[in-house]
Order: sequence, then structure tokens, then C-alpha cells
Amino acid sequence: MSFRMGAALLSLVGLFVSAYLYLYKIGRIGTLACGTGACETVQASVWSRIGGIEVALIGVLGYATLLIVSLASLQPALSARRWPVIILVGLSAIGVCFTGYLTYLELFVIRAICRWCVGSAAIIVSILAVALLALRSPARREA
Amino acid sequence: MATSPGGLKRFYAVFVVVALVGLGALGYLIAKPATVSIPVNVTIQPSDTAGFHGYVKGSPEAPVEITEFADYQCPFCQTFATLQMPTIESRLIQTGRLRWRYRDFPLQQHPFSRLAAHSAACADEQGKFWEQHQRIYEGQGEWSGVRDATGTFRNYAKAIGLDVPRYDACMSSGKYAGRIQASQEEGARLGVASTPTLMVGGRLYQGRFDSDAIVHLVDSLAPRATK
Repeated sequence: MSFRMGAALLSLVGLFVSAYLYLYKIGRIGTLACGTGACETVQASVWSRIGGIEVALIGVLGYATLLIVSLASLQPALSARRWPVIILVGLSAIGVCFTGYLTYLELFVIRAICRWCVGSAAIIVSILAVALLALRSPARREA
Repeated sequence: MATSPGGLKRFYAVFVVVALVGLGALGYLIAKPATVSIPVNVTIQPSDTAGFHGYVKGSPEAPVEITEFADYQCPFCQTFATLQMPTIESRLIQTGRLRWRYRDFPLQQHPFSRLAAHSAACADEQGKFWEQHQRIYEGQGEWSGVRDATGTFRNYAKAIGLDVPRYDACMSSGKYAGRIQASQEEGARLGVASTPTLMVGGRLYQGRFDSDAIVHLVDSLAPRATK
């Protein structure tokens, strides 16, 4: 499996994680499976919305965009091109920065950790890592 | 590593499996019944109402008592609780002139009324009925349209500092369903037909109220002592 495929699969999993959190936030799912974590504290905090938009929805849109770009990069017409991977690196780097900010809020402002958010953070960091590896790989080998 | 057409096929096979598992899991979570459901028309046991006649605030010595029959999902009750009650509380209840009794009167058309009433009853077990009562009314806009309000009420319970495992156990037991049903039936027997309805000295007042009207009512029933 190529790095681009890995990015696509990770984006799909990230999309499901953020969709789960968003469905909870809009009341379509009663409780979060969070074990000993504090998911509901984080989700109920004022920081669960930024600029009037649910953070989980931002995650859904972000992962959907990453999924579309990574799937597109696998198509025969683009599989030898580097620019789709450059876009993937750029988008996932933005995602990592945003996730870093959210993790800071969890640790130092809300003082509660949501394990689903930690999972999403791991996914976006992994996407950036595989996108960088794909960028370093010769395009013809990725194709 | 190289990606042959066969490799791409294998990737799509894995992709579809992951997508189906994810969609299936989300679909299951959306479709499964509400986490907690408070039954309607339960058989009322004597223990459901023993010694319980509503949630009371105010001095036992207050000259006037008002009983409110209300429904947590009723918009008028929400307006009354959030806009009028603070004034009533500061001008009448805290000054010892009025005692307020809250009774549940869940209306059939509101799917979360009983759940909300049960949530407040579980908060009462931990001495925080009025805090949870207020949070539920203040948040009516965010839970009344959702599919399952259980999690929202649980968040409120956590925010007001309840022991959450104890609250969860109380909610799962549905132990106050009979008490809520008894309150509703008692209201119906007294002639309550809509919410909010206030009962003062055996007389029912239905419709919208403002705090000034309540102050005038209390003044007429128990004139202020003149110096």
C-alpha cells in the first residue's frame, strides 16, 4: 500500500471520528463512549464552537477535504504528479496546527481530555507524516 | 512502493470495508433507542408519593403559597422560569412573603418532559434540584429538538457538580417515573389542562404570567406590613 493510500484510509477514519463527535453535538447520539475520559466536558465547553461553528463540524469538513484530495491523488492522471501530495502536506499541516491549538485548550483551559480528540490528533499527525513520506518518494514510484 | 492496478483494487477493497464498518457503526448509534427512557402511565405505588408534595423553596412561614404545574419542554414554562422567576424569587420568595411549590405536569406531546423531570428528581437526591431545574429550562432551546436529550441533561448534571455515577444510576433506574406520573395525575384531578398553571389557595390560574402580576397577587393576599 502506498503512502497516498495510507493518507486516504487515515482521512476516512478521521472523518468517522469527527462525524461521531458532530452527531453527538447536534443531539443525534445520546452519550459518548468515552470511558474514563472527559469527552462530554470538552464537548459541552464554550470551546466546542469556534466562530459560531462546531469544532467537530470543522473536523468533518477538514477530513472530507483530505479524503477527496488523497483519493484524487491516486487516480491514474494524477498518480505521477507531486502537486496533489503538496496540497495534502499543506492541508494536513494546517490540521496539525489547529489540533495543537485544540489540545492546548483541553490541557490548559478546559482541563479535560477527550480521548476521541486525542485519537483525531493522532490521525492528523499520521496523515501529515505519510504525506511527507509520499512527498519524499519519487512520484513514479508512488504512481 | 509501486502501485499496480491490482494494488489499487486491493486498496479500494480495504477502503470499502473500512467505510462500511464506519457507516454501520454510526448508523447503529443513530438508530439505537434513547439511552434512558422514562415510562408513561406507570402504576403509581404508595412509596412514589410518600411524604412528597412537590419541590419547595421559600420559608415555611411565608403567608402565601403558590403551586406551579409545569412542563420542562413547554416554551411558556421556559419563559416563565427564566424571565419571571428571578424577579419573583428576589422580591417575594427571598423576602419570606411567598413559598413556591413546583409540580411536574408533563404534557403528552413533549417527548423529553418526563426525562427532564426525572433528571431534576435525580438531582434532588443530591440536594441540587433547583440548580438542575434551572439549567434544564435555560437550555431548553438546545435539547428540545434533539433525538436524545439524555446526554445534554447529563452534561448539566456534571456542570452543577453532581456525583455523575450516582446520577447515572438514578436515571437508569427510572425510579421517579411513578412520582412524576402521580404529580401529573394530581394536577389533572385539580383541573390543570395546560402549562404553566398556578394554583393559589385552591384556585387555578392558567396562561402567561409576569412577575408583576404575581407580586400584585401576593400583595392582595397578604398585604405588606406597614410601618
